Amino acid sequence: MSETIIEVNNLKKQFKNSLAVNNLNFKITKGTIIGLLGPNGCGKTTTIGMMLGLIKPTSGAVFINGQNIENEKNRTNILEKMNFISPYIELPKKLTVEENLKVYGRMYGINNLKEKIFNLMKELNLLDFKKRKTGELSSGQKNRVSLAKALINDPEILLLDEPTASLDPDVGDYVRTYIENFASRKGKTILLASHNMSEVERLCHEVMMMKNGKIIDKGTSSSLVSKHGRKNLEEVFLKIVRE
Amino acid sequence: MKFNRMYALSLRHLYLIKGSFPRILDLIYWPTIQIVLWGFISQFFTMHSDYYNNTIGVILSCAILYDFLFRSSISFNMLFLEEIWSRNFTNLFIAPLKVSEIITALTTTALLRTLVGIIPAILLMSPFFGVSLLQMGPPLFLLFLSLYLFGTTLGLLVTSGLLRFGPAFENTAWSSLFLLAPLGCVYYPLSILPEWLQIIAKVLPLVYIFEEARSILINNVVNYSNITSALILNLVYFISAIIIFYIAFAGARKKGTLINVGE
Repeated sequence: MSETIIEVNNLKKQFKNSLAVNNLNFKITKGTIIGLLGPNGCGKTTTIGMMLGLIKPTSGAVFINGQNIENEKNRTNILEKMNFISPYIELPKKLTVEENLKVYGRMYGINNLKEKIFNLMKELNLLDFKKRKTGELSSGQKNRVSLAKALINDPEILLLDEPTASLDPDVGDYVRTYIENFASRKGKTILLASHNMSEVERLCHEVMMMKNGKIIDKGTSSSLVSKHGRKNLEEVFLKIVRE
Repeated sequence: MKFNRMYALSLRHLYLIKGSFPRILDLIYWPTIQIVLWGFISQFFTMHSDYYNNTIGVILSCAILYDFLFRSSISFNMLFLEEIWSRNFTNLFIAPLKVSEIITALTTTALLRTLVGIIPAILLMSPFFGVSLLQMGPPLFLLFLSLYLFGTTLGLLVTSGLLRFGPAFENTAWSSLFLLAPLGCVYYPLSILPEWLQIIAKVLPLVYIFEEARSILINNVVNYSNITSALILNLVYFISAIIIFYIAFAGARKKGTLINVGE
């Protein structure tokens, strides 16, 4: 039987004058890759923020492995098994790649850290840059370092907010392939917020479409395409956004 | 609280300092300049004023004590601002760090950062101006402890503002101590202030610390009631600042600023 790893119940977030997330409900099964699609400002990042305990919901709850993230005691236990990448957050630029990974490895209490860092750097082709300052790297290299940091704790749940934004097609494809292999090899759960429809079609088992803080449709990419009578997911996205 | 998590946060800042000679220089430069400047001013006063006769160390010692306070507070603020400037802020709050661990790590790292700057300045005092802070004896440790607590308290209050209001609060980080310095009676006795200001000044631990420093240096008298008053006030303010930090953290989560703090 499929095991629910993330459960979002009646989640709502009201900022001063706007309702960012409006009564959201969904469950994510362990070992799946779920896409979260929607136009800018539809509430994707706020939803991810609440799943990470960074934003306090106005009402409702997020349960990770059956534990409410809002409970301070649960929060640290949950975060030990999660990680997050976003193009809007960076690692300290003045620290070397190796130093950054050492810092976060210790923060997550990783055993055999030296070996773990070596393996990650080898897998992500970072060994040549390990003594370089992170700020001196190209955006593609920085992206791989952020990915290494996000995988340092071998997370059960990985939240990816536009992981390939601003990357050239080659590096973007490299990252997508790596995520695909990582998820299939280790049975990890991934929530992917993206504006890249081909990326979502390629990686995700299921897609949730958000608009105005609500999930307005969900299903596999192919089921959404046929349900809306369109050629591909991008056309489905445009139809839903413009309706 | 877990040691490895606090150590990791400290390590991040130690790597930053270790990897940058200009940063180390910057830490040492200002306290040293302070000592040289106040050293010459003290010498001038000693030669031309009866009040300061035989008390060359008073102004210089108070200057270094005040600089220790200033560095403690600024160091705490800087550690926090570095996370905002480098856009690493969110990474910390999605790591399994407790707020208590963040406070402890920043407090201890700020002390290390302060000592890197202040120790060379203290060592320069004796050969250049014939003044040693150690002549104050064991109470010196209690005065430093009080100043460190107050500096950390100010750091906590400013970072609470940064958490709650974002980088726009940065200017307050730099100006907070300048506002309190006149009331702290660092270089002059409390009696210089108008009576109504004396009432406000007595609410600050600084007055007791610097009155005590002068009492030891000028009269060779240790007044433990001043030291006790300073420590009690400091503990009250320190605990209040921790509570305010927790409230600011809760406010930042409510407002959603933890996920998009940046320049």
